[in-house]
Order: sequence, then structure tokens, then C-alpha cells
Amino acid sequence: MNPGEDTLVEASHLDKSFPGVIAVNDLSFTVQKGEIFGLVGPDGAGKTTVIRLLAGVMAPDKGTVVIDGIDVVRDPERAKEHLSYMPQRFGLYEDLTVDENIQFYADIFEIPPSLRQERIVPLLTSFGMEEFRRRLAGQLSGGMKQKLGLMCALIHTPKVLLLDEPTTGVDPVSRRDFWKILYSLREEGVSIVISTAYLEEAARCHRLALMYKGRIEHCDTPDNLKKLMPGTLLNIESSQARKVQKALQGQAGILGVLLMGDRVHVTVDDPRRKAEIDRALREEGIEAHPAVPTEPSMEDLFVELLKKEERG
Amino acid sequence: MRWKRIRAIAVKEMIQIRRDTRSLIIALFMPLMQLILLGYGVSLDIKHVPICVYDQEGSQNSQALLKHFQASDYFSITALLGNYRQVKRALDSDLCRVAIVVPHDFSERLSDQGSSTVSLLADASDDNTANIAIGYAQAVVATFSGNVQLEAAGFGGNPPPQGGVLLQERVWFNEGLDSRYFIIPGVIALIMALVGALLTSLTISREWERGTMELLISTPVSSNEVMAGKLIPYFVIGLADAVFCLVFAVFWFHVPFRGTLFTLFFTTSLFLVVVLGVGFLISAGIKSQIGATQIAVLVTLLPTSILSGYAFPIDQMPPVVQTITYLVFARYYVTILKALFLKGSGILDLASPIFAMIIYASVVAFLAGRAFKKTLD
Ligand SMILES: Nc1ncnc2c1ncn2[C@@H]1O[C@H](COP(=O)(O)OP(=O)(O)OP(=O)(O)O)[C@@H](O)[C@H]1O
Ligand SMILES: [Mg+2]
Repeated sequence: MNPGEDTLVEASHLDKSFPGVIAVNDLSFTVQKGEIFGLVGPDGAGKTTVIRLLAGVMAPDKGTVVIDGIDVVRDPERAKEHLSYMPQRFGLYEDLTVDENIQFYADIFEIPPSLRQERIVPLLTSFGMEEFRRRLAGQLSGGMKQKLGLMCALIHTPKVLLLDEPTTGVDPVSRRDFWKILYSLREEGVSIVISTAYLEEAARCHRLALMYKGRIEHCDTPDNLKKLMPGTLLNIESSQARKVQKALQGQAGILGVLLMGDRVHVTVDDPRRKAEIDRALREEGIEAHPAVPTEPSMEDLFVELLKKEERG
Repeated sequence: MRWKRIRAIAVKEMIQIRRDTRSLIIALFMPLMQLILLGYGVSLDIKHVPICVYDQEGSQNSQALLKHFQASDYFSITALLGNYRQVKRALDSDLCRVAIVVPHDFSERLSDQGSSTVSLLADASDDNTANIAIGYAQAVVATFSGNVQLEAAGFGGNPPPQGGVLLQERVWFNEGLDSRYFIIPGVIALIMALVGALLTSLTISREWERGTMELLISTPVSSNEVMAGKLIPYFVIGLADAVFCLVFAVFWFHVPFRGTLFTLFFTTSLFLVVVLGVGFLISAGIKSQIGATQIAVLVTLLPTSILSGYAFPIDQMPPVVQTITYLVFARYYVTILKALFLKGSGILDLASPIFAMIIYASVVAFLAGRAFKKTLD
């Protein structure tokens, strides 16, 4: 991929080690203007480290990060004017109120007072935070804290937004609100790099990087990634989903069984296995709807790809 | 350096101090507590030091001298002894801390030569009390022999002879004979060092510990702006504490202040730069609040209370230790404060300790400016 005019983030050959761990290993990617780029991977895969390297709060051992044409390693202060970073751990002052936190970051980014009201008020409104302006940040709920974090990150209208698991611990409704805001931001041309532990969230990204042990193993659109799924996926609805899982695990032609609440996702080598499976379940006396071919979810894909990595 | 960012950080820091009970206690109550504890604690110890007397002459003159001792608040005569063996036993058995021996020829020499000597034996196991007691005893003898000399002068019409008893300098400037006069100016240095370093030692480590630093360093704010913004509130608090100590010393303890406020303000500012800079260095180096506090107490309170000369005179320390005291930055400030309070020295008289403090302040400011790095590594 050649970085063009619309490339806002360009990471090339990033390396970062800590004593005993290679956290990021020869990692390269680019993010275009208005693109939402997702980072997923198991705990300790190196997502946080990558985002820290992009944010310029940590220097890579090797490699470069260029944000909107500015080298982050060489000129961090100038690059930081175009960046906003939301750390995985809440980074605002819990002993300051919502308003005081917002004003503080507005001051740090030197937003002229004349612009403040017209920028802050719509943010407060769209985040539904007007009534909490005087509340201490430490007394906000988890979801509201994350919204406040995003608000402070948006005060200076950044070109690149770096979000490290911004929706962890946030309820599904607030999470949907959060994503609405992200979509409206990308419409304004903001590039977003987001790491997430929620795989259904990952499907909303334009492009997705699957990280494993410091490397990007796959990087593509969610649809293209799904094509990497081997075999065919069958969905079985059952009130006895756990029994279904037990009965099918390890049978001939079955590549994987994934329990998802009252459903079971079964990966098979051949779509014709459907009849065999239905018969087997009937014989075991397990109540279940017949298996139906289905689109793989991000979770199926993720589990499948990780299994492959672990096998080596 | 952008003033607006510095101001933003200073304002934020001030709000945090206001909402943090611990910082408020350190900033507001600690100075008062220290002044009261050290101001009273030390002076109470030193009153009514038990003394024994071996009056070899037993004349009117020697009785008059002993009356001076008895009349002073600082001594209580606990025994009258008849020979040196008894004196030694009294000192050994802690019957007294100091023994006074009036010689056979006390009156004779006083009338012949205009001056006479009195021997003083002290129990040296408690150096500090002994030193202060010796100072008092010298002063008591001095007021007495001054009277005698004046009387002699009235008889013979001769000018009053020089001599009598030589006093140590610090007693000269402490004519009220109140050890508080001597201690309190030093206590101010102790308070400023402790409050300044303790408060600032938390300022950076708190942000690391609470996870707010990661966000702060992802902004374009420069490390010098962070340092300036964070130190300004503590500088203001330090000056306010200094004013409080001054007022308390003068109006509560009645310690005379003879210097100029300008010199006090100027030297206090220098001292604050050093103290806050040291606190900031510690804070930047140690990422946990508890660790930073402990180190701050260790590098300020300990050397300041032992080696600054605030209570224990430097000139009575062993030579090696005296050399070490040149490294203790509080020593210069203690020297300056004592001179300002008791002697009323001007800024020029104090040129050398001020110069030492300027060097210290520059070095610390330089190091502090480099200590804080905007990186997680
Ligand atoms: N500051 C550090 N010092 C030492 N090791 C570190 C540091 N930061 C990260 N690591 C190690 O580097 C590896 C990658 O960590 P990183 O936090 O980037 O993973 P992650 O994908 O964000 O994980 P999670 O999903 O748990 O947040 C881990 O093995 C971690 O222990
Ligand atoms: Mg992480």
C-alpha cells in the first residue's frame, strides 16, 4: 500500500521490546483519512503498546510513525497537536469536575475562549452530559467516564483519534451511542485507530488488524477477513446448547464448535455434513433446531484464526 | 513555554490541593504544629537546668554571684558542695548538669585586676544542653561582672577594664537569654524545607499513580510547562507559610526581627526554588507517592534538623561533619535567617550564603528541568 495524500497514519516496521517480552514486532500499517482502523487480539497481544507508539507517549526501538506528514518520534510535540489519545485506563482527573476537566484540556490545547462555548456545548449535548457538568469525574459511571474522555479528546478537533478499548465496561446502549459519535467523526474526515475487546464492535471498523504476539497476522476489511474462514459455518439453535456442543466436539468432519448462548456455531469441512449432524443430535435425544448455514461472526473468525496461530 | 498552559496546570493543581485533605494538612497545619512543638519543646527543656555550687571563698561577692544564678529562670541550684570529689560525684549521679566553682581568690582578683574567673564544669554526655547551659552561665556571669566593673570604675575613676568573661557570639545576639530566639528562625527553615519538599514530591508521582500522566503527556504541553505550572502553586503556598511563620515568631514568641522584609523575601524565594526543585526531582524519579514522600522526608528533614545548625551549632561539630554541612542547602538559609532575625544583617553582609544558595538553586532548577520526561519508558 503506498501512502497517498489521504494517509493520516503511517506506521512502518515498528519494534518495541520490554525486558523479556517482544511487545511489538516489525509492525506496519497505514490509516486513511476518514477510516476507522480496528486492532483486535488476545490480552497481551500488544494493542496498547502500538497505540502508545502512535500517540508518541512511548518511543519505538525501531521503525517510524508518521502522523499527517509529521514524524512522531522526531517531532512529537508538533504531531501531538493533531492527535487525540484515550488511554485504556481512565486518564482524566477524578478530583476535578466534568467542566474543570474539559476546561483544562481546552486550555492545554489553547482553544481560544471565543470558540469554547460553541464547541463544548454541542459536545455536552450530543453526549448527553449537560446535567453532569458539575459532578466530579470520579463519581461518574463507567460509561459516562468514557464519554467524558472522548469529549476531552475531541475538544481540539484532532485529525487522528487513538482509542484504546474505549468501550470496555460500557453498557451496550452507551456503546451504540459511542459508535454513532465515531461514525459522525469519520464523516468529518477524522481517522480513528481503535482497539477493542468486543468482536461485534470490530465488525464495524473499515479495516481490522488481528494482532497476535506483537504481530499483525491479518489485516483487511471485515468481509474479506471472513473469507479466511475454512469450511462452512452451521448455526444450531437449541435450549440445550451445551449438550449440543459436547455431542459434536471432535466428531469426524467437524473443525470447530463454538458455544454462543442458546446457539452453537459448528464449522464443518463440507456443507453436506448438515444431515449427519441433525441425525446425530436426534439419536442422542437432544432437542435442537436443524442446522442452518450461516455467515461467520467476528467471534467465529477470531477463534478460528487464533487456533491456527497456536497450532503454529 | 506558553503562559496559558502553565496557568492551566497551576489552576488545576490548586484545585486538586484544595480538595486533597492530606495536602491541606501539610500546607496549613504542619507549620503551626512544628512551630509550637519545636518552639516550646526546646525552650522548656532548657529552663531550670540543675547546677551545683562549690564556693571556695564564701564571701559577699561570691554570694552575690550565686544569687544571680538563683534569680535566673534557667538554673536551679540543687546542692552546695564542699570539695571537688563531691562535685565529681554530683555530676556523675546526675544531681546536676553543671557545676560552678568559685575560687579562693575571687574577690581579691576582682578588686586587684578588675576581672576574675569562675570555673564551670559540665556534664558532657548531653552536649546540646551542656552547650546551651554554658552559654547561659557565661551570660549570667557577664551581667554580674559588668556590675562589679562599673562599681570599680566609680571608685577609682579609671575606665572600665576590658575582659571579664568572653561570650560566644550567639549569646551576644540572644540577649534575652531565650533559647527560642536562637531556635525559632531555624525552625522556619525546617518547616519550609519539609512542607515544600513533601508537597511537591507528590505532584508528579500522583499523576503517574492515578494514570492521569499518560493522557497529559499525549498533549503538546512541554515538560518545562508542566514543571512551571506545577511548582507555581507550591511556591505561593511556601511564601504564605513563610509569612505565617514570621508573624507567629514575632508576635507569639516575641522573637525580634531586625532585618528587612525584602532580604527575607528574596532569600526565602531562593530557598523555595531549591526545596521545590528537590521535591520535583524526587517526584519525577519515583513513580509511587509513598516512595516519593519517604525520600522527601529523608533528604530534607533529616539533614535540615541535624546538620543545618538550626539547633545544634555547626562550630561545635567534629571537623568532618562540619565539612559535610556545606552540602546541606538548609545550612545557608538557617545562617541567613538567624542573621536576619537576631543581628539584622543586610543583604551585603549575607553575600556568601546567598551566593551559595544561588548556585544551589541554579543546579537544582537545571536538574529538575531535565528530570521530567514526557515518556512512559
Ligand atoms: N511498560 C511495560 N513494561 C513491561 N512490559 C510491558 C509494558 N507494557 C506492556 N508490556 C508487555 O508487553 C506485552 C503487550 O502488552 P500490551 O499492553 O500492549 O497488550 P494489549 O494487547 O494491550 O493487552 P490487553 O488486551 O490486556 O490490554 C505484554 O506481554 C505486556 O506484559
Ligand atoms: Mg491494552
